Amino acid sequence: MSGNILRDIKNDFPIFSRKINGKNLVYLDSAATTQKPNAVIDSIINYYKNCNSNIHRGIYSISIEATELYENARANIGKFINANSSHELVFTRNATEAINLVANTWASQNLKEGDSIILTEMEHHSNLVPWQILAKKLKLKLNFIEIQPDGELILDKLDDLFQDNAKFLSLTHVSNVLGTINPIKDIISKAHSHGITTLVDAAQSVPHMSVDVQDLDSDFSVFSGHKMLGPSGIGVLHAKEPLLENMNPFLYGGDMISSVSLREAQWNEIPWKFEAGTPNIVGAIGLGKAVDYLNQIGMEVVHKHEQELYNYAVDKFSELKDFKIFGLENKHSTGGVISFSYSDFHPHDIASILDGESIAVRAGHHCAQPLMEKLGVPATTRASFYIYNDQLDIDKLFNGLQKVRSVLT
Amino acid sequence: MSEDIYKEIILDHYRNPRNKGNINDAEISAKDYNPVCGDKLTLDIKLENDVVSDIKFDGEGCAISQASASILTEMLMGKTLEDLSKFSKDALLEELGTPSLGPARIKCALLSLKVLKIGTYKYLGDELPKDSDAEL
Repeated sequence: MSGNILRDIKNDFPIFSRKINGKNLVYLDSAATTQKPNAVIDSIINYYKNCNSNIHRGIYSISIEATELYENARANIGKFINANSSHELVFTRNATEAINLVANTWASQNLKEGDSIILTEMEHHSNLVPWQILAKKLKLKLNFIEIQPDGELILDKLDDLFQDNAKFLSLTHVSNVLGTINPIKDIISKAHSHGITTLVDAAQSVPHMSVDVQDLDSDFSVFSGHKMLGPSGIGVLHAKEPLLENMNPFLYGGDMISSVSLREAQWNEIPWKFEAGTPNIVGAIGLGKAVDYLNQIGMEVVHKHEQELYNYAVDKFSELKDFKIFGLENKHSTGGVISFSYSDFHPHDIASILDGESIAVRAGHHCAQPLMEKLGVPATTRASFYIYNDQLDIDKLFNGLQKVRSVLT
Repeated sequence: MSEDIYKEIILDHYRNPRNKGNINDAEISAKDYNPVCGDKLTLDIKLENDVVSDIKFDGEGCAISQASASILTEMLMGKTLEDLSKFSKDALLEELGTPSLGPARIKCALLSLKVLKIGTYKYLGDELPKDSDAEL
């Protein structure tokens, strides 16, 4: 364990007081979504009970309070990723919507027939499908950075990819299946030297480690609130200010305008230009609280805790026969994720039997079908950790896996 | 769901699948894939005078999908073509002994039936009815 700060942490999360099949919940699916601490839940309740109102332009007290809470959350989240200014943060529904925003604005405006977009083979569907659609529409080429079997990117051919008319590169910071941390600072710097604009899918990194968007120098970064203790339905696009200034709006309507006549309209300033309609006010407030909560713990502690759990699990599971962890040889891992195969047991059977023990793991392709193909499996079972997991959870998973073997053989 | 869905009949057919393999000159032959789990299944049926004289399944997937296919082949041996096209999911689920599989696993259990319906309707030259059991 990483110090006392995490010792009683489960008490902060009301879901862990629930019994399922008479047992305490062992939640090992935080890469899909995380549980919510009281601080976040209370901030949502407080907003609806005490200051529910629409934001911006309200002249009365509770609207002013709500606007302050919403905009303070933006500033708070901006600081968390070390954004240059809170104006660089656009609230979206999630990382997926943020990627779609960039595809429909910056990329649609700046890419033309014959240009190429560079992606990687480990992308989640959300950082693949929007680019497939845009490539078809604009007759762009998609090129892929390949991965090795241990989950690391093969960067030898990067120069060839850059020189194939590349204008844009979009890649994940951390793999949601393997936990691999990609050397994105280096890749971004090389891309920039070829005049290539970059997007980082930080959905699996911002929740688990300290991420500094200025240090990485990414042009766009995206992440989702629900994967970092915040509510679902709120996500963030971070973009450098000059890029946002020159981008067309994504959606049109109220709040994104400065003035409207019957036949035309002027756009609001950034970031509000990209936030048409009443936004997810309470989602932003809740995410702001989640960031406070993570700051109290410290992202270094979060990262270290997950790595310790990972090492403990790898050691413990080495006792299991025919147990294979994907990407185990990989030295650059967050430690937050273990994707495994276990004998010839199908992941869905493993997950079903573990569920009987009240252990929640994910089985399937994890929305990364091309990566599954590369690993040569139709699906894997994935256990993913967060701050509220402990060695006892790993022990229970271990016992559950022994039960899987006894049921299926 | 819990391990309660792993009834003895399912585990028996999972460990010792019946009628596993392929028939090269089958009249009815179909395959399908469950993208959620990656379960794959093929079904070959040999007909003599519109009666099932041989039946084989092949594939890979979870215990539920593979056991269900094995059980289905036993249920279909000797049945008429009309029986095949009318075969209901309730009959299969009853035989599996797991009426309460839940939404996450029901597709695994019914993949074999879906493949049967695809193959049978293809053989008959009919469109799969939209509201049929194959619309799982």
